[in-house]
This record gives sequence, structure tokens and C-alpha cells, in this order.
Amino acid sequence: MSKAKLMDYDKALELFEPVLGFEVHVELSTETKMFSSAPNNFGAEPNTNVTPVCLGLPGSLPVVNEQAVRYSISLGLALDCDIAPSSSFARKNYFYPDLAKNYQISQFDEPIAINGNVEVELPNGRIFQIDIERAHMEEDAGKLTHVGGSTGRIQGAEYSLVDYNRAGVPLVEIVTRMIEGAEHDAPELAKAYVATIRDIVLALGISDAKMERGNLRCDANVSLRPRGSDKLGTRTETKNVNSLRSVERAVRYEIQRQAQILADGGTIIQETRHWHEDTGATSAGRPKSDADDYRYFPEPDLLPVVPSSELIAELKAALPEKPVERRRRLKAEWGFTDLEFQDIDNSGLLTEVAATVAAGASPQAARKWWTGEVARLANAADVDANTLVTPEQVAELAVLIEEGILTDRLARQVLESVIAGEGSPREVVEKQGLAVVSDDGALIEAIDKALSAQPDVLEKIREGKVQAAGAVIGAVMQGMQGKADAARVRELILERATAQ
Amino acid sequence: MSDISEESVRHLAGLARIALTDAEVTALTAELSQIVDVVAQVTSAVDADTPATSHPIPLSNVYREDVVTDDVLTPEQALASAPEHDGSRFKVSAILGEEQ
Repeated sequence: MSKAKLMDYDKALELFEPVLGFEVHVELSTETKMFSSAPNNFGAEPNTNVTPVCLGLPGSLPVVNEQAVRYSISLGLALDCDIAPSSSFARKNYFYPDLAKNYQISQFDEPIAINGNVEVELPNGRIFQIDIERAHMEEDAGKLTHVGGSTGRIQGAEYSLVDYNRAGVPLVEIVTRMIEGAEHDAPELAKAYVATIRDIVLALGISDAKMERGNLRCDANVSLRPRGSDKLGTRTETKNVNSLRSVERAVRYEIQRQAQILADGGTIIQETRHWHEDTGATSAGRPKSDADDYRYFPEPDLLPVVPSSELIAELKAALPEKPVERRRRLKAEWGFTDLEFQDIDNSGLLTEVAATVAAGASPQAARKWWTGEVARLANAADVDANTLVTPEQVAELAVLIEEGILTDRLARQVLESVIAGEGSPREVVEKQGLAVVSDDGALIEAIDKALSAQPDVLEKIREGKVQAAGAVIGAVMQGMQGKADAARVRELILERATAQ
Repeated sequence: MSDISEESVRHLAGLARIALTDAEVTALTAELSQIVDVVAQVTSAVDADTPATSHPIPLSNVYREDVVTDDVLTPEQALASAPEHDGSRFKVSAILGEEQ
């Protein structure tokens, strides 16, 4: 794959207006699958979460999971959609072994939810209305591992291994209408939109929403319209975008790539493109053509879903507050400045920070750790910060500092061990004996030892050169491998100086 | 008469991954046309007021509780009728084209 030429982003925006569209797939966190009573859980041994329905065995029949329907309606309502009085399932036919039936049960002409909109707030405070065309229920596909060939990807594979654990997991696909007017903010809007959907499904409690596990997946449509023209450009659909960082980067990349091709007099091919996290680039996938001839028809094995007005009212009453309202409330509750809140926004970690505060950390500590050390480590590892630690772990760390058991420096050390999977912060502190020494006796002993090496320090302090204590504090900290509370050591040294 | 053409039969055969000879295409074009014409008779029994339906039985909201049942197969059972497997996963021949 040759590296595509990219136009400078600002130059691209001068010449073209980006037009966006998103398809977000949300895996629902039900106990069982969409149409079968197989367990819906991540990480099980291959083909242990399957029933005859998941394998499309002769005589097996799908039955709709009521909880999945309730979750889907809740999501539709949270997106301000109309819930269809009657919606039905359809077969989407295609030949690919990720589903054993040769079709996916989806919804086609009668989706459960239509015509919604969601407010997305950008880090710069701009509020953007994104119109939702539809949200429909469907089943996820199994997982293929391509064996042989050089890259582990599909080209050149000798054979493929199929695990049907994920086949039949309930999905809701949320499709936006065309999004115009994002202009320079297009990449940030893409990230903010997916983050908002993530916040919504987490607040509803209907999905684990872990992008790195594929609970939440985004396909990003990008096209460019030349300035002064009202004709839409050809769009590409970038798949495989599995982190918030990638959503933003992939949209920016496509804008720059397409702009360069168009400026060079080329044409954009309507195709799916694959995002590669490692190279930060997209590559051409399957052209949109016959392969999209899915010959949808009504699923004869399933009956329509006709939600009662009572059910809709019940689910509507239970909706959590909207993301934009929640952001305003949290910002006020936490007493953050615009700048501090922007910090969290840029990181896309509002839900994590809120959960960390709920787990017992102060808002400032929660913000500091997530946007500071955790974000730094995540950046270095090229992953989303929320994949490294849980809010509960960060909260525990913050509490350990508040309790005086850890210093900031020790806490950073503990954090790295937690990320390395050595246990919770408290467990790490215990295992590694990292707790700050708060026993004055032990501190005084270390201070005496340091003083005997630098006997003139006390004299200097008494002469008013308090900063001379620094050398002793340094020696004590070194002697105790950083496990002393520097402020307390300083107090003790000064006490010692004035006592004599 | 339906608008099933030889071209649409070839297109369908391609989608269904079925290789057809020219003679089969000709025969199937005629057969499929007849079938479509027969099915199309239903439209003459329907007037503009008849609501569209996706199912012959007037039932809706047939649901299952969200609980795991004992239908779950062991990997051995799941793989029992697989032509090829690696002990835990189904083995299929290399797939041309892209992921769906």
C-alpha cells in the first residue's frame, strides 16, 4: 500500500466543505443474545456461547429477546426518535462465514426508531445538532481469524477460523442524516458525536460501550464539496475505527486525502476504507457495488414488534438527563473553570471522571489523574485512556493520596503497576510496601542519620536559612525510597532545629 | 409478464455463488418468470386500503425472557457437523474479497 498524498488540513478546508455521516453500532449488554438464549459475554472460549440458533442449524428458530427491545426503545427515546408503532425484522442476505445462516437478521423498511436528533457539544463550546435518520435492531456477526498469508489480514489468507460467540449479540445501529456545516470542527465533531453516543448508552446502562472490545463501533462517511458548488462529492465509508482518537484522526485523514486527489484532478471512488491505527492511514476496501445487493425481505420466522404506549411512557420516564445538560450540571457541581472543563472534554473522559468522583475522589483529583498521568500513559501506548484503568482504581489512588498513604510520586508508581495488572492500588501498595512512612519514629531516625552526615544544617536553619533543610529532606527521601511525606519531614527538621 | 431477464438470473446466480451454464440460465429465466407471475396474482386481490403485512399470522410481540437456558452447546457439539475445525473453531477456506 503506497502512502497517499495528503493536502494540508487548512488548505483542504479553504477549497472544500466536509460533509459527514456516521453509522454507530452499539452492542447491548443483555444477558443473552438477540434471538437466542446463548450467553452474551465477552472473552469466553471460542464457540462456547452458541446455541443451534447461533449456528443456523436446521429446525432452529429465533425468538426475540424482550430486554433487547426495551434497551433499543430506550436508546431511540434518548436520541429523541419517534418509536415506530410497529416495526419488523428483515433478512439481509450475504455470503460470508461470519454468520452461519448466510443472512443477518436486521431491520430494513420498518426500524424501531426514526427521526431523532442529538445535541453534541464541542470542546470549544459550540453546540451542534446532529439529526438521526434511524436506529434499528440487528444481530452481530461472528469473529474470523485469518490464518496464513503475511499480514494476518484477509488478503493472502490460506484459511479462516470462525468463532460464533459474537454471532447473534444484540446490536443497535444508529444512522445519522448528512451532517453539513461542521467545517473546521469536522474531526472534533466526529469524536464528540461518538463520545456523546457512548455517554448516552453508558448513562442508560444498556451497553458496556468499550470501543476496544467492539462494543461500540463507528463507520465514518466523509465527502467533500468544492466551495461555491452545491453538488455533493463522492463519499467514502471508513470502517474499523475502534477508539475515539481514531474517529477524529480518520475523519481528518480522509478530508486531507480526498482534497489532494480532487485538487490533482482525480476522482474519489465510492468505497469502504479500512482505518489502520498503527499507520494512521486508511486503505481501500471493497468497492460499493453488487456486494450491496442484500435482497432484504421480511424475516418470516419473526413477528412484528408493537410496543405499547404504556411501555414507551415507562421507558421515557426512566431516561437519564441529556448529555449536554449533564455536562452543564457536572461543571457547576465540580466548580470547574472553562479551561479545566475543556481539559476533560478534549480527553473525551467525562464519563470516567464522573464515575471516579462517584467512587469517592475529589473532582479536582479525578480530573488531574485522568487528564494528566493516565492520559500521558495512554498517549504513549497509543490507546484510549479508559482502556488502561477503571474509574474505581483511579478513585482509590486519589483516596490513598488524601489519606496521606501515598505521595503523588508514589501514586504514579502505583498507577503503572495497576496498569500492568498487578492489582488494585491498595493491593499494589501492600504488595510492594509502597505506603508513605507516617511513623514519626522512623522518620526521625532517618533525619538523624541524614543530619549526622550534614552536621551544619541545623546551625544554618537557626541562622534563618530555612532552605538549608532541603538537602536533608532530599537525603531522607532518598534513604526511604521516596516513601516519606516530604512536608512532614520538613516539619520534623524544623522542630529539631528550634528544640535545640 | 414479469421482468426476469437472463441478465438478472446471472446476477442472482453470482450473488448466490452458483455457477450456471447458458442452458440453465435460459431454463431458469423462464421458470422464475412463471413463479413471479404466479406470486404476483396476489396483488390483484389487494386494494389500496389493505395494509402491508410482513407475516400471515396476526400476532406481535412474541418475546423470550433474557435468561440463559440449557440450549447452549458445548464446543464439541457445536463443531460436531463441521466439515473442518481446529478443535475450537470452524475452519473455512480462504475468503476472497473483503470483510462485510
